[in-house]
Amino acid sequence: MPRSSTLMPMAVIEVSGLHRAYGDRKAVDGVSFAVEEGEIFGILGPNGAGKTTTVECVEGLRRPDTGRIRVAGYDPVADRGPVTRVLGAQLQESELQPKITAGEALELYAACCPDPADWRALAERLGLTGSLGTRFAKLSGGQKQRLFIALALVGNPRIVVLDELTTGLDPRARRDTWRLIEDVRASGVTVLLVTHFMEEAQRLCDRIALIDRGRITALDTPSGLIERTASGTEISFRPSAELDTEQLAALPSAVSVTRKDGRVVIHGTDETVSALLSLLAARGITAHQLRVTEATLDDAYLDLTGTGTDT
Amino acid sequence: MTALTHAHPTAVKGSATAVLKAEARLFLREPGALFWILAFPTVLLCILGSVPSFREPQADLNGLRVVDLYVPIVILLAMIVSGIQSMPPVLTGYRERGILRRMSTTPMRPGALIGAQIALHGAAATLSAALALAVGRIVFDVALPRQLLGYLVAFALATLATLAVGGTVSAVGRTTKITQAVGSLVFFPAMFTAGLWMPVATMPDVLRHIVNLTPFGAAAQALDAAAAGDWPSWTHLGVTALWAVALIAAARRWFKWE
Repeated sequence: MPRSSTLMPMAVIEVSGLHRAYGDRKAVDGVSFAVEEGEIFGILGPNGAGKTTTVECVEGLRRPDTGRIRVAGYDPVADRGPVTRVLGAQLQESELQPKITAGEALELYAACCPDPADWRALAERLGLTGSLGTRFAKLSGGQKQRLFIALALVGNPRIVVLDELTTGLDPRARRDTWRLIEDVRASGVTVLLVTHFMEEAQRLCDRIALIDRGRITALDTPSGLIERTASGTEISFRPSAELDTEQLAALPSAVSVTRKDGRVVIHGTDETVSALLSLLAARGITAHQLRVTEATLDDAYLDLTGTGTDT
Repeated sequence: MTALTHAHPTAVKGSATAVLKAEARLFLREPGALFWILAFPTVLLCILGSVPSFREPQADLNGLRVVDLYVPIVILLAMIVSGIQSMPPVLTGYRERGILRRMSTTPMRPGALIGAQIALHGAAATLSAALALAVGRIVFDVALPRQLLGYLVAFALATLATLAVGGTVSAVGRTTKITQAVGSLVFFPAMFTAGLWMPVATMPDVLRHIVNLTPFGAAAQALDAAAAGDWPSWTHLGVTALWAVALIAAARRWFKWE
């Protein structure tokens, strides 16, 4: 039976002190996190950061060097059988037998699970009904990807691990897949999601762990991560009259003031915006081409992983 | 290194059958493999049998005809094509494409896929052998094995040894290309020792003694004896069995799941 966690009540995935090296290279270097039941938990990070190794340890495909992992209370390596019954996995890179049809693959995987979902209904929701008779080798990249998602879900898992969920999908299929994942979560399934796409992480995830060089550099909600960035809001405009830089820098919450090609660029927060507008109004200065842009998860990502600056 | 080899306690009931069924369907979608395993050995027998002098009893063959000698040889050929040429690239491909890895994330063991492929190649070789025996009997009047039980034992051991050779080839070959290359490397000596170019019984003494120590040479001798009505020599059965056991151990030891 699942044990209760000391980290967090209701944690369905617990990872603590995970280390995994390939030869001299430390792929995962002390990662700890806990995923609550019913949560969509994202793992975000640059290529080679250790995301896939981390989830492969959760899936039981790789044995950690050190560290403790529990999935619904089970050890993924020692309790292989029970873990495969509660966890469905979509792997980043893998194929099926070239001549197996999509329908046969779904039927086969359903037969391997103790309490399978209706694979025909699942195929319909993923837009695969028309390609059930198509052999794997003849499926398009997007169809293959949707088939792998279906195979991860066909066992009616409590937890589903999706590694690069929407890679290879066109924007429309990507949005359809996101809606499906939200539905899956709404039915009580916990989702562990590895992704490259900020938009996807921002849209789907309740919490995100940013992994860089094998370590978690930040773990927060998407909006929490955005708030952490130094430059929350960027204001830029072309003033109709000269403005004093020091006066602008003294605006509440302003972080930096720069000038470029006659444009003034101020990094700050919402507070800075309203103070600036009052200042301009008081001086009778017009702000031409005023642009206010909010920081996105992209900015947070670049700030927190240091991928923007070479080290 | 990896955790894939860990046993799953209990697979879902009926899932092994589902895997076997799915793999059987895929097997039937390989016309090339089906031709070489099922048809080619019997076609070869018919070509040899159509040579008039091969249908004449020969004094130096104890009154047997060449076509009589070739029935067990094409049976061994069916096994070798199935187990050594056709099967290894399939097994390696399943590993190379991550199919075994994906299977291991389900309650089904990846070993079920490998087991299904081994069973299907064994079954195909058996079917091909039955076809060769039937065509030999009906078309060329080759007597059916007179010591049937001995023939079946020799056949079963030879099949096991062949599949074990194939399993070892796919264990040693990291990629499908390497596996195919190693497979062909083993394929020709295997056919030679089975007596395809020169039936083992007609080989010069020194050569025959060496060939008798190989799995197919010994199996060919055992099948010949049982066809003639004698219980096969325990030495020949023992050599084939020993190869089977050793190669099964080697394949299990070296086979990688990813």
